[in-house]
Amino acid sequence: MTDITPIRTPAESAILSRFPEVKASLPGTSAVATLREQAFGRFQETGLPHRRIEKWKYTDLRALMREAAPIAAVPTEADLAIAKALLAGLPDFGAANVTVVNGRFAPSLSDLGALPAGVSVVDLGEALGSGHPLVVERMGRAAAADDAALSLNAAFVAGGAILTVAPGTAVERPIALRFVTVGNASAVYPRALIEIGKGASVTLIETHLSADGVAHQANEVVEIFAGDATTVDHIRINAHGDAAVDVSSLGVVLGGEANLRTFNFVTNPAAARHQVFFRFAGEHSTATVSGASLLKGKRHADTTLFVDHAVENCASREMFAHVLDGQATGVFQGMILVRPEAQKTDGKMMSRAVLLSDDATMNNKPELEIYADDVACGHGATVGALDEDLLFYLRARGLPKAEAEALMLAAFVGEALESIGHDGVRETLEGLVEAWLKAR
Amino acid sequence: MLEIRNLHVQIEDKKILNGLNLTVHKGEVAAIMGPNGSGKSTLSYVIAGKEDYEVLDGEILLDGENILEMEADARAAAGVFLAFQYPLEIPGVATMTFLKAAMNAQRKARGEEELATTDFMKRVRAGAEKLGIPQDMLKRGLNVGFSGGEKKRMEILQMALLEPRFCILDETDSGLDIDALKVVSDGVNALRSPDRAFLVITHYQRLLNYIVPDTVHVMAHGKVVKSGGKELALELEANGYADYKTLAA
Repeated sequence: MTDITPIRTPAESAILSRFPEVKASLPGTSAVATLREQAFGRFQETGLPHRRIEKWKYTDLRALMREAAPIAAVPTEADLAIAKALLAGLPDFGAANVTVVNGRFAPSLSDLGALPAGVSVVDLGEALGSGHPLVVERMGRAAAADDAALSLNAAFVAGGAILTVAPGTAVERPIALRFVTVGNASAVYPRALIEIGKGASVTLIETHLSADGVAHQANEVVEIFAGDATTVDHIRINAHGDAAVDVSSLGVVLGGEANLRTFNFVTNPAAARHQVFFRFAGEHSTATVSGASLLKGKRHADTTLFVDHAVENCASREMFAHVLDGQATGVFQGMILVRPEAQKTDGKMMSRAVLLSDDATMNNKPELEIYADDVACGHGATVGALDEDLLFYLRARGLPKAEAEALMLAAFVGEALESIGHDGVRETLEGLVEAWLKAR
Repeated sequence: MLEIRNLHVQIEDKKILNGLNLTVHKGEVAAIMGPNGSGKSTLSYVIAGKEDYEVLDGEILLDGENILEMEADARAAAGVFLAFQYPLEIPGVATMTFLKAAMNAQRKARGEEELATTDFMKRVRAGAEKLGIPQDMLKRGLNVGFSGGEKKRMEILQMALLEPRFCILDETDSGLDIDALKVVSDGVNALRSPDRAFLVITHYQRLLNYIVPDTVHVMAHGKVVKSGGKELALELEANGYADYKTLAA
């Protein structure tokens, strides 16, 4: 028998040789070190995902990552100053800020003294080393798929934040989780663990930020454990720079009689993949998973969902809008799994795309896998150009072509934005959409 | 005000207008009547600037200026208004937002100041009231879920707010019951003025009892085959279009 030596790309070889070099310097108890080794072992088997891996068919990470950027160093004071300047460009949500720079928690850019009552924040880097109970009990349990991006983050994670909301707390002020990457092109693997106690409600604004022109490679994992009777509004704004490749994974475990909404907004990075792993763990809960991608140039954005209806009487709504111009590519892969025990499931998934140029591409792959017999599930996907008759109607009223198109596109994206519960955040995103349309 | 000379138009290699001539003077209400397929709606779209139609020959002059080279929005800013036979629904675009965008776009194109919000609101409220359009309809998506009559009233509201000099009403009576027809006609009649001209396209004489025309033109096979006064409409009502179908052939 001959040993098969898989062919490695330069990026894969670099990542594989890097782990043994850096693992001793990464934070963690021996249990965490074991998790890292296991995760690295899984990555060793699979390598970077490519187009022959079904779940990554439309987003070939091997092709997108020709070389592996070096791991970001611990941020210096100068780095933090640059991060601060970048953060100043973000819209003001009036939120309490929790900031992570180059994959490490940055207390000096966080409002630790001004957190709302019932909210606490812990440096994940320290928590990994101290065997924090949430790390032991929760890490990797919400974003728990066999996936190369998850494996890489689990192996290389250096820090991030743990955020907890005490049971019964209604947090009025939004909490902003801000991930910033500065300096030369580098790889970052931040992670956040969020636990929301029974009966609590909170708005979480997750932003990802880096400068244009720098080819950062970001791989973030955010895990949300929302207990029974919680109300969570989670909005993710991907404001990475125009040369960045960003892979993000959101894992959610939702308790009973709870309501969680998550929205993902992408306009700028060169390539983005957002994967959502959503599991209903309690009955009579509702989830809204939605997003909007507005892409021009050669940008690429992929949204891949896995919604697991594991219990009875839950409802999920998935609604995604893509506006694609130039040679941009949009990807939507949505899978709703209804397990045999998940009777009375109500699931609706919709992906709609508008193509503004002949060279733009949309790949839609909605899937339903239903093993229960008493459910109401549906999915739909549309791809098309703007309606010429509608455009003529608007132009016949005096609106120039660009303005008429902008009005129609704002309405098109607005439908997806409707699912954001927080008025201020929704209005801010409407403004970002308007700005994008104006700059088209 | 409007002069159409020898207009030849085709769509997807099908000839629709065959050397149409028509003159509408300032202050005049001209009715265009004709059988189905005679090219009435095409004429309205070509004047308004719909791109699907290919103009093979001829001119359309608005106060002496050939508008055929102008985009639809430039024609609108120059004072052309088409009240659609089937007004389109635009989900997600609130009627108010649309009205404001349209009014300001035209003002901008003419080099005028944008309307102040209070001034805009006042105009819309007054106009809507005259046409019996409830305020909450203005907050809904443009024409979304409106009845046929409501859509037509909304067209007339737009016409009143945009103050065009040349108005085309394309089968405005279609789908209207007698009460709605009266409201819409009153709205149109209120806009009649010595500086404004109308082209009223209709298949039936009924509308012309309410919007009484100065001239009536009969279209068949893509051109005007007969012109006369308002009595011509009554004659058509009595005898039908049979004579004209053969006349132009």
